[in-house]
Amino acid sequence: MHIVVCVKQVPDTKIIKINPKTNTLDRRSAPAILNPYDAHAVQEAVKIKKMIGEGTISVLSMGPPQATAVIKKSIEIGADRGYLISDRAFAGADTLATSYALSKALERISKEQKIDLVICGLHAIDGDTGQVGPGIARRLDIPPITNVIEVTEFNKKEKTVLLKRKIANGYQLIEAQYPCLLTVGKEINEIEYSPMPNMIKAARYEPIIWTVNDLENVDRPQLGLKGSPTIVGKMFTPPKPEGGKKLDGNADEQVAQLIALLEDKKELLFANH
Amino acid sequence: MFEDYRGVWVFIEQNEGEIEGVSLELLGAGRKLADKLSVPLSGVLLGLEIKELCPEIISYGADQVFVVDHAVLKDYRTESYMKGVILLAEKYKPEIFLYGATPNGKDLASAVATDLSTGLTADTTMLDVDLDNRLLEASRPAFGGNIMATILCKKHRPQMGTVRPKVMKALEKDNSRIGKIIEEEIFLQEEDMRTKVLKIVKDVTKKARLTDAHVVVAGGKGMGDLQGFQLIHELAETIGATVGGTRDVVEAGWLPHEQQVGQTGETITPKIYFAIGISGAIQHIVGMKNSEFIIAINKDPNAPIFDVATYGIVGDAMEIVPRLIEQFKVLQKEKGGEVSYV
Ligand SMILES: Cc1cc2nc3c(=O)[nH]c(=O)nc-3n(C[C@H](O)[C@H](O)[C@H](O)COP(=O)(O)OP(=O)(O)OC[C@H]3O[C@@H](n4cnc5c(N)ncnc54)[C@H](O)[C@@H]3O)c2cc1C
Ligand SMILES: Nc1ncnc2c1ncn2[C@@H]1O[C@H](COP(=O)(O)O)[C@@H](O)[C@H]1O
Repeated sequence: MHIVVCVKQVPDTKIIKINPKTNTLDRRSAPAILNPYDAHAVQEAVKIKKMIGEGTISVLSMGPPQATAVIKKSIEIGADRGYLISDRAFAGADTLATSYALSKALERISKEQKIDLVICGLHAIDGDTGQVGPGIARRLDIPPITNVIEVTEFNKKEKTVLLKRKIANGYQLIEAQYPCLLTVGKEINEIEYSPMPNMIKAARYEPIIWTVNDLENVDRPQLGLKGSPTIVGKMFTPPKPEGGKKLDGNADEQVAQLIALLEDKKELLFANH
Repeated sequence: MFEDYRGVWVFIEQNEGEIEGVSLELLGAGRKLADKLSVPLSGVLLGLEIKELCPEIISYGADQVFVVDHAVLKDYRTESYMKGVILLAEKYKPEIFLYGATPNGKDLASAVATDLSTGLTADTTMLDVDLDNRLLEASRPAFGGNIMATILCKKHRPQMGTVRPKVMKALEKDNSRIGKIIEEEIFLQEEDMRTKVLKIVKDVTKKARLTDAHVVVAGGKGMGDLQGFQLIHELAETIGATVGGTRDVVEAGWLPHEQQVGQTGETITPKIYFAIGISGAIQHIVGMKNSEFIIAINKDPNAPIFDVATYGIVGDAMEIVPRLIEQFKVLQKEKGGEVSYV
């Protein structure tokens, strides 16, 4: 079983600055981390490998040379090897161009070893779209199953996998043929402490780095900024609302006023659950 | 070449014959865009034995409904649904196509956008059109929510977006509206499907209740600790409300994630929303600002939560909330009748 996990390096969105000229992130302003959902995706691959007792886990990332850091982090969690595709030609990609570049890299990886399963994070905390996973699946013509909350069982003879997929009001129990692509959120597993040998391996690990020239049959206009149909028109801070009335007086008086205001909404209150 | 692309479409998500609320909201939002562009508004409905839903779609604002009814479409699956949607989009060429940002809507839109090789804006919260260029202006929170970005798709059609539930408003239902129903055939076979939905398990936990609740009592870090947060539960219980909280509260382990309100939690629009000990960070506000009647209690008079509150009380929650509970109990007695709590 060969599992490939797509991992992205993202700025920690808690601390972030925006370049007002280009309307893009000033990536230097925030520490770069492994997208938290992708950490769960790698962990799930490790779980699956344990569950079926064999397998190879590769991770794939597209980004600047520093993105090797998230590959090393993935090795710590338990991945066996990692690929980074890094080239100016990929820069400025939206989700359509990103899924194109990643699918080309996956095609190359599958020539080295056939891929049985691709796992992506539910979404990246910077782009925050969740569109790259299904995009890759379409391009590779494998079924996407998004929002997977549990990988229950593999049937290697039938080449099927049993999954639970979250929907608006519950979950679907799905049987999918593999190869297929899963996207996973945080509830699928807990990130485990990395065992020492993984840490040592990660520290020494040198990811395989490819440029656009290492990929085959690439239609260059579909890459990067050029291959991206969406553009950021403008950025603005949301208009500040007015706000209502503040009640005055001491605590008792404020409470009395509020109760009076809610009198005519009594029908809504005290309803049975 | 874009002259061929006309009309605004809304994907109508139905689950077991019931239309998702967000689809009706999108008909309301889509109606405005269609009127501005002087084009029809269409609903796109896929499923099995779902034709009887068409009048409802029209009564909420659609001029026409495209329906694909097929056994393979019984439960949502990317493979089968995207085939139907792409068939329609290629044949009738809409200029704008909106989907609810639900698990299924996002999944479908992502696959369709890839095959149609067009742009898709995720999790839109504001929609408008630039009439001169017939450009959809889809705005969404960016970079952790501190700023809004307007995303455009100039060179590809249809222009697509997923839209967050509960931010747009559905129109008043009008049964006198008339519209056209267009049925479309699709050739799909179950044998060709690589995924099977074996069963659907409905979840009737608190999460569903939070989005459905008429009255929500939400607490923030200002409640001090888990002990202090009990006051939130107590108040909620007294008035028959559902409990919500901020992300910080969820991270502290005072509440499960299902009860988080905000950008990375639920967007809700209850009739009454209590925000107690909540500062009102933008990421929280986007999840509750469309509530009808908002009451904020915070000891900091400059807390941004007061900017969205209908009424604010500047004070210590530890003093105010126990008094509120007491007064509500009095009010409830006046109301009389049997009350039971679950
Ligand atoms: C990418 C991203 C996504 C996020 N998503 C969400 C989300 O979905 N939902 C969400 O809520 N947050 C979200 N956040 C976090 C958000 O930015 C805030 O940090 C969070 O909402 C603050 O929670 P709080 O109001 O409980 O805490 P604080 O900001 O610490 O506010 C506590 C408030 O309580 C008041 N207070 C203190 N003591 C008392 C007292 N005794 N009586 C009355 N008032 C008192 C204080 O004056 C203060 O205003 C997100 C952040 C990021 C970066
Ligand atoms: N540049 C990238 N390199 C590798 N994987 C990516 C990249 N961008 C997105 N992904 C994958 O796609 C998922 C969803 O990303 P997004 O659609 O941007 O929210 C991520 O969690 C990753 O698994």
